[in-house]
Amino acid sequence: MINKIVQTMAEAMADIRDGSIVLLGGFGSIGQPNELIEGLIEQGAKDLTVVSNNAGTGRFGLAKLLELGRVRKMICSYPRSAGSVVFEEVYRAGKIELEIVPQGTMSERMRAAGAGIPAFYTATAVGTKLAAGKEEREIGGRKYLFEEALHGDVALVEAWEADRWGNLTYRSSARNFNPVMATAAALTIVQTQHIVELGALDPEKIVTPGIYVNRVLHVPYGEPKVI
Amino acid sequence: MATALEACKPLTREGIAQRLARDIPEGWYVNLGIGAPLKVADYIPADREVIIHSENGILGMGPVPAPGEVNPWLINAGKQYVTLRSGGSYTHHADSFAMIRGGHLDLCVLGAFQVAENGDVANWSISDNDTAPAVGGAMDLAAGARQLWVLMEHTTKSGESRLVRRCSYPLTALGAVKRVYTNLAVLDITDDGFAVRDMVPGLTLEALQDVTDAPLRMASQ
Repeated sequence: MINKIVQTMAEAMADIRDGSIVLLGGFGSIGQPNELIEGLIEQGAKDLTVVSNNAGTGRFGLAKLLELGRVRKMICSYPRSAGSVVFEEVYRAGKIELEIVPQGTMSERMRAAGAGIPAFYTATAVGTKLAAGKEEREIGGRKYLFEEALHGDVALVEAWEADRWGNLTYRSSARNFNPVMATAAALTIVQTQHIVELGALDPEKIVTPGIYVNRVLHVPYGEPKVI
Repeated sequence: MATALEACKPLTREGIAQRLARDIPEGWYVNLGIGAPLKVADYIPADREVIIHSENGILGMGPVPAPGEVNPWLINAGKQYVTLRSGGSYTHHADSFAMIRGGHLDLCVLGAFQVAENGDVANWSISDNDTAPAVGGAMDLAAGARQLWVLMEHTTKSGESRLVRRCSYPLTALGAVKRVYTNLAVLDITDDGFAVRDMVPGLTLEALQDVTDAPLRMASQ
């Protein structure tokens, strides 16, 4: 019997190695698996590369991981936002490397990784300083940049409902990067508000089929308090 | 004697948003950038169906929720609580940006620091020395939407023109802007540079030119 549901955070976080590329779902705090980040902090992996739209707010979750010096590099589209105090501190102190990627290019690089596409061309960022060092090619009279797929070693995902096969649904805009990241990592770990019986999810409404999911932890935390 | 600029009444931010909203036809799919462009949604007439896209995975975004009716999982790209209109839908980020990159949006409205007469736009970073600027989805939107309109003040607080011959700030996209809505005028970007479509009452082309770096001409009607 397939059962991807794990009972403890330690099981959920097992085997995450130092130096891993961690894909972290969420847009701001919405859809961000904050309990899994706390679990990663507890687990101890370091020298991480974190791929996340934002670079954390306050001093919890991703910001705490940064503050503890466990992240070598951030790949994100929007590092600075209201409350990104810890990122500012570690970045100014030269303790973290930063790769700024346009949001759509970031999500497409992960979609490509999950779909077995090694690279693609996009018109986004042509002629800007984010094009530095990238191959530019003209196709059909328009200029494009060459972008490579972005694979994760681990994806940390927040879902709304999950079953023991790892089929997932999401809640409103908390879906955001989660389904894409789930496809793009070698090990996809999910925290979910609700666990349901196999067969209870409407197959027409499953967003992430269980093939992309390795572990599911039940974390009924209630409502997000911070945006 | 008061100059034409002193005599005219520049639009407020809300006024610019209202002016821009008048020009969005029914049936368009529109992304509104964070900040001032988001106000455009407040001025689209209730009887005109315009579908608002938010790049964090919302198509059919509705207004700010009434107190006590917040869905804590539903925010827009500016990280404000919003609602979903009847008929609205959610997508994940890659699909949301496929809509953008694939040319499915009729219009994107962005704020900007500078727009050049060739349509170049600078809206994400004010200096090459800023090594951690936040680009978000601006470059994807500017390159991907069928039309890009910019909503901004005509000049900076210190009076420098934001409509320029060439952008001095780091670029967001090349040749992308089709139209600019400012507190003083509405201008098209044509092969011959900025063409003024209309101005606030009392303003003259000469007075507008005085506060604009790039050369202006009236649009042919």
